[in-house]
Amino acid sequence: MTTLFIEQCLNGVQFGLLLFLLAAGLTLVFGIMDLVNLAHGSLYMVGAYFAATLTAWTGSFVLGAVLALGATLLVGMAVEVIAMRRLYGRDHLDHVLGTFGLILFFDEAVRLIWGPEGLSLPLPSWLNTSVTILPGIQYSAYRLSIIVVALAVAAVLYLLVMRTRVGMLIRAGASSREMVGALGVNIKLLYTLVFGLGAALAGLAGLMQAPILTVQIGMGENILILAFVITVIGGIGSIRGAFIAALLVGFVDTLGRSYLPDILRLVLSPNAAATAAPALSSMLIYLVMAVVLVVRPEGLFPAVRK
Amino acid sequence: MNGALTVRNIVVCALLVALVLLPAYVKLTGNIFVLTLFTRIVILGLAAVSLNLILGFGGMMSFGHAAYLGIGGYAVGILAHEGVYSGFVQWPVALFASAVFALVIGALSLRTRGVYFIMITLAFAQMAYYVIAGLARYGGDDGLTIYKRSQFFAPLDLTNKVQFYYVCVALLLGAIYLVHRLVNSRFGLVIQGSRSNDLRMRAIGFPTYRYRLTCFVIAGTLCGLAGALIANNTDFVSPSMMYWTRSGDLIIMVVLGGMGSVVGPLIGAVALLVLEELLSGITEYWQIILGPLLLLVVLFARGGIDGLLSQIRARAGA
Amino acid sequence: MSEPLLQVEHLAKRFDGIVATDDLALTVEAGELHAIIGPNGAGKTTLIAQLGGQLAPDSGRIRFAGNDITALPMYRRGRLGLARSFQITSLFLDLSVLDNVMLAVQAHAGHSFRFWRNARSEQQLHEPALAALARVGLADRAHRLTSALSHGEHRLIELAMALAGRPRMLLLDEPMAGLGPEESARMVEMLRALKQELTILLVEHDMEAVFALADRITVLVYGRVIATDAPAEIRANAAVRDAYLGEAEGADHV
Repeated sequence: MTTLFIEQCLNGVQFGLLLFLLAAGLTLVFGIMDLVNLAHGSLYMVGAYFAATLTAWTGSFVLGAVLALGATLLVGMAVEVIAMRRLYGRDHLDHVLGTFGLILFFDEAVRLIWGPEGLSLPLPSWLNTSVTILPGIQYSAYRLSIIVVALAVAAVLYLLVMRTRVGMLIRAGASSREMVGALGVNIKLLYTLVFGLGAALAGLAGLMQAPILTVQIGMGENILILAFVITVIGGIGSIRGAFIAALLVGFVDTLGRSYLPDILRLVLSPNAAATAAPALSSMLIYLVMAVVLVVRPEGLFPAVRK
Repeated sequence: MNGALTVRNIVVCALLVALVLLPAYVKLTGNIFVLTLFTRIVILGLAAVSLNLILGFGGMMSFGHAAYLGIGGYAVGILAHEGVYSGFVQWPVALFASAVFALVIGALSLRTRGVYFIMITLAFAQMAYYVIAGLARYGGDDGLTIYKRSQFFAPLDLTNKVQFYYVCVALLLGAIYLVHRLVNSRFGLVIQGSRSNDLRMRAIGFPTYRYRLTCFVIAGTLCGLAGALIANNTDFVSPSMMYWTRSGDLIIMVVLGGMGSVVGPLIGAVALLVLEELLSGITEYWQIILGPLLLLVVLFARGGIDGLLSQIRARAGA
Repeated sequence: MSEPLLQVEHLAKRFDGIVATDDLALTVEAGELHAIIGPNGAGKTTLIAQLGGQLAPDSGRIRFAGNDITALPMYRRGRLGLARSFQITSLFLDLSVLDNVMLAVQAHAGHSFRFWRNARSEQQLHEPALAALARVGLADRAHRLTSALSHGEHRLIELAMALAGRPRMLLLDEPMAGLGPEESARMVEMLRALKQELTILLVEHDMEAVFALADRITVLVYGRVIATDAPAEIRANAAVRDAYLGEAEGADHV
């Protein structure tokens, strides 16, 4: 029983950290450029597709992953230069509409290049094993590596936010071009790099989950919602908030799905429990969001907004 | 829409007349496909008109409007599945369920604004999607087939394509008229003022929250009606009807057609769906054109088609 | 003597360590034009915001027409007869000029859950709106889009909106802001005429206007009242001169 519980907790952490990578990119772009990017999920998808193809092409999982990351970064920066630049400073409605158009474009482009079927990304044998993390408790090596990598990235992000000038801007919630310019920063380049960073984070999340979940068209749209829920709960513009909220969401969702059927069986008939469980477990995260909204509408750790 | 004889007004009138006369055209040419296509256009036009009430006039950017299509549709579907075929029961239930959902979601979401509002409406609509997809009894992910359309009094038979088409057109025209009266009423002015400058509205003495919530509920209810129509049109409902990207499709229709007028969204629905038909004949990857097209409209033609048409008058009249 | 129309006692407001309003006391008698002056940062707009309900004070009491309005939401104060204009123009730019003022009328003309009747055709709404616009000289602009008008005209619409609800008292936050000499003179005449009909609390930097119009002047420095008196006495007041008038005398109004 406890082994299962520990395993589920770790799964919750792993899922949460993956979501954090995705949400961090979203909230970063919003915090610095005041840009709502619905196509963030598309970059997540692109990362996964690149990884699947490049891994097959190079024969190496790690090399394929690194190349895919670079490729996603480039795609992200290209998108910024071609499309995003024209949206800065506009109404958020314009952002939503414009980036929604990008979603359509990316979905079709992927379909054109890779076909409608979706791909698979098999794990290399050295990752496809279990590791003993505690006496008597095994855990998937790959999932463990996701946790490690994501925590490392989170640490780097933390240093970036806390110790650099760019980080200062993030913390100040600055979307003021004058202030940025006054700090002696090339603003166009900064924005392109930040957007690229967000894209890379999304791509990383996409490629890391690819072996265990999916590589298919529309995967970005599915997970984007969770990223949004996390940014709402955590507070838009706040990376720290995204971290906490992502872990919370990861936990609630994973543990909820595992244990809700059993909990329901305590109060309902087995039949009713079986019907209600899937629907209710899906609802859990949104209920959490609703509660947060009622108690603290700005989110748990709102960044200082202008 | 003022009474002036402008290019835009002529186009709008011509469109409405064409919609009414369409079955005659179908009878003459025997082209049933056009009737099927336009039934779908009219129903989605109704949904888009309802969305524009909150989006264009109210400035409430809801990304969860397709949820009501699902709720209305599933109200009909579930009741039909359980043996209740009477439209007099199904349709009011569809409207009521949509209204209740809109009330709850609106009450929570309208306490926020801007980006938060967008994300929250999106999230709640997805929640509804997952709930419905989780109902194994009613088909879950696979959807639910409807074996018998909504029954009303004879001689009204919704399985008759032409009759059904006219029911849809009548409801669309009714909705357009309703929205028209709504936006020009006291209520409508408050909604528009609230869109323009909510803080100022509150400062001069309007408790805007209750008005916006009411507007939100009205829009959701109207869209639920569209959902009930879809269920009857396709004899099938599935959770994908309410997936958040469908909400995006509705928004595209509204923006493409023109957010500033009551009929704009209908123009958008016609334009989008006809375009879809034409383009998909050319290439199956037509969305690759639609995506950037939407971005271009956002950047350069914010008033949509309606806006562009209205500008013709302005330039000609100088 | 009847009770003052507006009574403010021990009003206090801090923003994270900055004291914006410091144990402020103020009374405004019915029918007077009471001006508030003070250097930048004195807390004048903060005071107006607390009186208008946009900002909640940390402590203190505000009484208007015998009612304790300290915790009353914005829209209820309007209904009691206390109307405010804004220093930074805050209009409905994408609606017509008449719509702007009509909304101000509508706010006090019963509820707005009326869904059918065309509001613009309601006499109860458009007559007072047109009257208010005529008062400020903008009747001929009624159907233009607000964004098409000049800044000076926007300030006039602001005034019309404040008047449209037939308030008993006006809180005017720098109505002259950004106006040229001609427009300022026009505004002063307008305010002089309005003085006859209602009570006005005026925040202004334009000293000419202030001394031309005010029955009494209150001087605010760092959120505190340092003097309240008739204009002549204020001009002669040494403390006021040191704190404020000394610098303002030679300076242009902003």
